[in-house]
Amino acid sequence: MSTATMQSPDELTVEHVVTRAPVSRAQRWGAGIALILIGLLTIWRFGIDGHHDQDAKIQLGATGAAHVPHFSIPAVPVAWVAGIITVLLGLLWLAVPRRRWFGLIMGIGIGLFVVALICWLASASSSAFVDVVGLLTSSINLAVPLILGALCGVMCERSGVINVAIEGQMLAGAWTSALIGTVVGAAAGMLAGAFAGALLGALLAVFAIKYLVNQVVLGVVLNVLAAGLTGFFYDAFMQPHTQALNQPPLLDPIKIPLLGDIPVIGPLFFDTSIIVYITYVLIVAVDVWLFRTRWGLRTRAVGEHPKAADTVGINVLGMRYRNVIIGGAIAGLGGSYFIFEVGQFQKNITSGQGFIALAALIFGRWSPRGAVAAALLFGFASAMQVTLSINAPAIPSTFVAMVPYIATILAVAGLVGKVRAPAADGEPYVKD
Amino acid sequence: MKLELRGITKTFGDLVANDAIDLVVEPGEIHALLGENGAGKSTLMNVLYGLYQPDDGEILVDDKPVSFSGPGDAMRAGIGMVHQHFMLIPVFTVAENVELGHERHRFGFLNRRAARKEVREVSQRYGLQVPVDALVQDLPVGVQQRVEIIKALIRDARVLILDEPTAVLTPQETDDLMEIMRSLKEGGTSIVFITHKLREVRAVADRITVIRRGKVVGEASPTASSAELASMMVGRPVSLEIDKGVARPGDEVVQVENLRVVDQTGQVTVDDVTFSVRAGEIYALAGVQGNGQTELTEALVGLEPIESGRVVVAGQDVTKAGVDDMIGLGVGFVPEDRVHDGLVSSFSVAENLVLDLYHSPPFSNGLSLDLDRIAQNARDRVEEFDVRTPTVDHTASTLSGGNQQKVVLARELSRPLKLLVVAQPTRGLDVGSMEFVHRRIVAERDNGAAVIVVSTELDEVLGLADRIGVMYRGKIIGEMPAGADPSEIGLLMAGTARDHDKEVSAP
Repeated sequence: MSTATMQSPDELTVEHVVTRAPVSRAQRWGAGIALILIGLLTIWRFGIDGHHDQDAKIQLGATGAAHVPHFSIPAVPVAWVAGIITVLLGLLWLAVPRRRWFGLIMGIGIGLFVVALICWLASASSSAFVDVVGLLTSSINLAVPLILGALCGVMCERSGVINVAIEGQMLAGAWTSALIGTVVGAAAGMLAGAFAGALLGALLAVFAIKYLVNQVVLGVVLNVLAAGLTGFFYDAFMQPHTQALNQPPLLDPIKIPLLGDIPVIGPLFFDTSIIVYITYVLIVAVDVWLFRTRWGLRTRAVGEHPKAADTVGINVLGMRYRNVIIGGAIAGLGGSYFIFEVGQFQKNITSGQGFIALAALIFGRWSPRGAVAAALLFGFASAMQVTLSINAPAIPSTFVAMVPYIATILAVAGLVGKVRAPAADGEPYVKD
Repeated sequence: MKLELRGITKTFGDLVANDAIDLVVEPGEIHALLGENGAGKSTLMNVLYGLYQPDDGEILVDDKPVSFSGPGDAMRAGIGMVHQHFMLIPVFTVAENVELGHERHRFGFLNRRAARKEVREVSQRYGLQVPVDALVQDLPVGVQQRVEIIKALIRDARVLILDEPTAVLTPQETDDLMEIMRSLKEGGTSIVFITHKLREVRAVADRITVIRRGKVVGEASPTASSAELASMMVGRPVSLEIDKGVARPGDEVVQVENLRVVDQTGQVTVDDVTFSVRAGEIYALAGVQGNGQTELTEALVGLEPIESGRVVVAGQDVTKAGVDDMIGLGVGFVPEDRVHDGLVSSFSVAENLVLDLYHSPPFSNGLSLDLDRIAQNARDRVEEFDVRTPTVDHTASTLSGGNQQKVVLARELSRPLKLLVVAQPTRGLDVGSMEFVHRRIVAERDNGAAVIVVSTELDEVLGLADRIGVMYRGKIIGEMPAGADPSEIGLLMAGTARDHDKEVSAP
């Protein structure tokens, strides 16, 4: 027995072989200074420079609906309090950075900024108000395709295949949904969209797994292929025959009995279209699948150390094929969402959402929960952009739209701790 | 279970890795497969484990012929394998690693409780202690190896193949492993023990089969002397001792003070290291792989930034110096991974030999390279260092490991050196090349250079060193004179200080 393992007869106590510095320098200073700056900005812009003569009018529901809860709060004091707390949080983090508190501290800091921002918007003039439930609803609606795209990414990349083609898969899904949705019906349209995504996933899988093509280049090529094909077919067939080929039905919101009647939460989550409900199910399913099933364990093994998986008799390539194709189907469903929300296919209807889903995947550290949280954050930022352009036209709303992606770059650069991709992500597995 | 290999042949292109190999493993024996690196031992075992398909020959289990199309088949037939490079997933727990591929599940949902229970049972039955819920990446290699063994046992392996199992272990962990092997044998498991270390074979094996260049050259009994085994393995009598005269240390050439190195993830890899080396002296850094030796050598030669502390070479402060400055000062470096860090594999031997000096006369006039001079230099070096290559224009990747190492040494030793830093000088080399490399290192010392040797092989450390420092968790936790007691060094390598029998804990 080695000395390191003698202590107790039954269970061995593990001591870590390495000494870890708890928080990197970049994370400590970057996050601390960011919080202080956000706090000072809040105090200056929304406090000192705020709308002193107006209270913030907050509404929890659309104007016109019956019994909309609403209240007013003084915006300027809220901004002062939020700003001071944020600055204090920043100082606290600089003084005692603890990795465990990072998420909480950053979350509170950014949350306070958002509260102050909303109050400021809602007090911009005597007629200004902010409908928080509406804001959140449109956040969710904007986040759904991102969530589906990111879940596709989770499936692919956890099994070790980089998927840059999410955008193309969504686009192919959207086009097919529009066509089949018009000709056959909404349900068939959704299925067809998923199928088209899976088909593109299969193409990605074959070239990446069998022919060992560089996966990033391959993904870009597939995106161009999807854009080109859908654009061509749109010009050639759909546009001349819009009535017959590009007039899919819109999906009506389905209100779930009881749950849908809960104030605020009901309209937010339980009075929405079937694709959103499917998305809820998929979020839970992918999370459970990845961490609680045999398939998920094997998928993660294949994405981390394919050779180790091979030596215990796991079919590495088979696992990868299945995951990439199923992932493609999820992205394809994300494409259908655009169709049944907008009601028509247009060229490049996905407008880069697939790449933003990729960003959500990375921001969420390759975990389903993280990816969903990141997608919601991105969706919220886009929804905020709309509110801003109405209530505060002076602020360039594109600047606000930019914020989540700057956050992603900072996150990837290591400010949120180590962002670690699956070890074999993008590495083809070749038996020697 | 009786296992028999008959006439196994496996070729890779022109290379015959296994040439009609016969091997019989009787039930409940420890059968050592002894051979040099590249002799074909691992290939043979990969054939047996279903990872390679043999070109000819057959495998018999209990006298019945079987064929394995993959590791799954081999496992079902009762064959388990512990690979030299562990097949464990670092971010999985011990239980997850063990159950992977044969999961306890209900309708596809993992039954973690049953899996943990199963691992605990096997672990207790065979006395293989492992922390079931710890992540494998947090475990010392000795414990990781136990996880590998449990992985095989839980699949009811009755023949266990251990491929170079001691390469990464401390001497104490090696003793533990041998104890485990003996108890497994008593439980009826046969073990195929692949190694090139003679001492271990003699200590634990019941029977020894020696392989050389893909062929079985004979059987030996564990009572044979090390010299006999070595000559069977190499094919000629070899000297296992390193010849060297008495050191005549001169002035201090290298002073390292409170050196601290932090890697990109913020992990402290070298922690407050202080030592000095004199001219004409070999200072060996012993230690188990991954205790900061790599980072220390790289920091010394300017490849890795130094967080704090000071390095002085030949009177100059080189704490912030780059590699160019170090070469100019007369520092030579043989990195531990010669294929990635020592050579450009796709460059010719001649080009590799001038990687350090290509930009200065006589190899360059400032505008263009003098190809004739470079070729002439290469021919001279190849001759002097006995590099076996068809021509100097062949790429470095076509050379064997021993010859690649000679190319690196030839390049580094062709400049006048004040300091030579050599990491893992003989890793993966055959015995013949080993002798040569050791001789050149000693010759460099006798020329008056200060030499720092990093090695995980205790025999090499003891044979070469004039002074020994033992590294553990980034610190030098003990310094010893040449001829120190190997078991004491072994204890230090495991982090146990000599006077007070306690763990040395890093902060």
